[in-house]
Amino acid sequence: MRDGIVAEFDGPDGFERAFVRLRALGYTRLRSWTPYPVRAVVTRLPESGVPWIMLAAGLGGASLGYLVQWWCNAHDYRLDIGGRPFNSIPAYIPIAFESGVLAAALAGFLSILGLSGLPRLYHPMFEVDGFERASVDRFWIGVDGSDPRFDERVGEVLEASGALRCQRIGGAIAPARSDVQP
Amino acid sequence: MTSAAIDSPLDVREEPTGGEAVLLSRGTDLELTDELLAPLWRPWPRLKYALAATGLGACALFAALTYTAITGIGLWGNNIPVAWAFAIINFVWWIGIGHAGTFISAILLLLEVSWRTSINRFAEGMTLFAIVQAGLFPIFHLGRPWFAYWLVPYPSEMGVWPNFKSSLPWDVVAVSTYLTVSFLFWYTGLLPDLAAARDRAPTLRQRRIYGVLALGWRGDSQHWRHYRIGYLVLGGLATPLVLSVHSIISLDFAITQLPGWHSTIFPPYFVAGAIYSGFAMVVTLMVPARAIFKLGDVVTRNHLDNIAKMLLVTGWIVTYAYLVEAFMAWYGGNRFEMYTALVDRPRATYAWVYWGVIFCNCVVVQALWSRRVRTSPGALFVIAAFIQLGMWGERFMLIITSLHRDFLPSSWRVYTPSWIDWTILGGTCSFFLFLFLLFLRFVPFIPISELKAMRRELSEAARAGRSELAELGDFAGAGESGGHHA
Repeated sequence: MRDGIVAEFDGPDGFERAFVRLRALGYTRLRSWTPYPVRAVVTRLPESGVPWIMLAAGLGGASLGYLVQWWCNAHDYRLDIGGRPFNSIPAYIPIAFESGVLAAALAGFLSILGLSGLPRLYHPMFEVDGFERASVDRFWIGVDGSDPRFDERVGEVLEASGALRCQRIGGAIAPARSDVQP
Repeated sequence: MTSAAIDSPLDVREEPTGGEAVLLSRGTDLELTDELLAPLWRPWPRLKYALAATGLGACALFAALTYTAITGIGLWGNNIPVAWAFAIINFVWWIGIGHAGTFISAILLLLEVSWRTSINRFAEGMTLFAIVQAGLFPIFHLGRPWFAYWLVPYPSEMGVWPNFKSSLPWDVVAVSTYLTVSFLFWYTGLLPDLAAARDRAPTLRQRRIYGVLALGWRGDSQHWRHYRIGYLVLGGLATPLVLSVHSIISLDFAITQLPGWHSTIFPPYFVAGAIYSGFAMVVTLMVPARAIFKLGDVVTRNHLDNIAKMLLVTGWIVTYAYLVEAFMAWYGGNRFEMYTALVDRPRATYAWVYWGVIFCNCVVVQALWSRRVRTSPGALFVIAAFIQLGMWGERFMLIITSLHRDFLPSSWRVYTPSWIDWTILGGTCSFFLFLFLLFLRFVPFIPISELKAMRRELSEAARAGRSELAELGDFAGAGESGGHHA
């Protein structure tokens, strides 16, 4: 988020109240930063695509694992081991399974990062005063400046909900009332 | 969970002796975070001695491995017919130890067991370092470790491929997959805590290091959206993976024709044994760490109690497997099987190993029926040491006795390990502890974000006054009633 108003809360309760109120007032472009997932927020987010990516990668990895074994031992250089079939399905299952798990896990890790826009070591939010507590015990809400209902009164709503402070970030408009120190 | 906890929603406190709480800390989230991050910043005056001691052991390991690589594995006690010996015993033992880490972090995650939360990171670290030790053995047992890449199907000039109908390439894939997935799962779980470490770091240098490691994690709702489900599915993947890895390793034995190995009981028997020894290792590491870092309020007696119950359960599965093994050998009527299971193991050269294993794995663990023993860190530590020894002995018994006397009496031979074997075994223990100390020093080893989330959940549940609250507090069936009766 580059432009908008962010507010800091000292606990999940006030944060949840503010979040629900903003939603009720019709704000849609809301962002939040919390030390751990908060129910009111995460249950309203659209479903993540990560599991589907992992499923596809897992199936692909397993097929590739099987194919490599078949190609090596049953196609390119046929190995007769104790008269067993060249394409011995039971013997090829363990590696196919493991390759599937490996591919799915790699895809899972990379897609969690990729879809979250990470790694990204610098972010404008890090410039906001006090934001370093967002990973510890403070809960932050941001209303994006591009929200159709966005105006300076958002800050008042947030402060009425118990925000410790509101900050205007980016944009050309002067900062809203702030400096309510904890 | 008693009503005391329900009265004070933000304070999920229980008396330490009550044994039901999974989190005793009363402080704020900030205090909890700082308390759990403190080992990263605080100087450790005696750390350098511990690191020097374990590092010296690790050097002995590398020296012994180098000596082996340039001379050959004739330096080991291995002979024909006992060609597997220490290398495979240690390999199976270390891999098994790793399994409890995955069990705690993945299977208990899926079962929504709340006592997992304080100890999962710790157990995952244990898993990673145990796999590293395990991986050394098969590679050096190849004799020419520099050709280890032959196990991988790369397009070689020679135009030959590995034989995938053999269980040995299965091992390669299983162990390397296990290492990779364990690492990814561990690192994914670490991200929010690395971000907290970045934001609380006292110096700029530490802030930069943890900043890079945290990959820019901000706790954004978009991060949590993908992270929560992704972490859960990774746990779902790790669950069949951990069962498959030791099953595949057991197939190294089970698909051979040797008496004492050629048995369908092997996969579940090995998996249970692995989790048994792994939980013992969790105790071995956790009890001292808990005392040193004063973690009594996040790793409560309830955790010890639950781990002890897991030891008891897996101990009985292992005991049952021993009984079935002997019974099937007798019932199957095969002369060679009967000889191995009923004469060679209990009455011949290595009988003392066999009875030692029975004592360590089946007898000592029965002390855990007592709740007092289960919640006493000292007693648990001693029992865990017996189990480690017993599980190592079990692999010794399985591998050596089946090999040293097989079908042909003229090829029978006694096996004695050499001093290099012992150096390598001791060296891996040192190297493991060395890595683990570094992990304790530099990584937030109690999942901070998860603990805060759990505390929030518990207080929400307490406010809602939901009856399933009791389930959040305990696992292993006993719940609150079982605990009080004992």
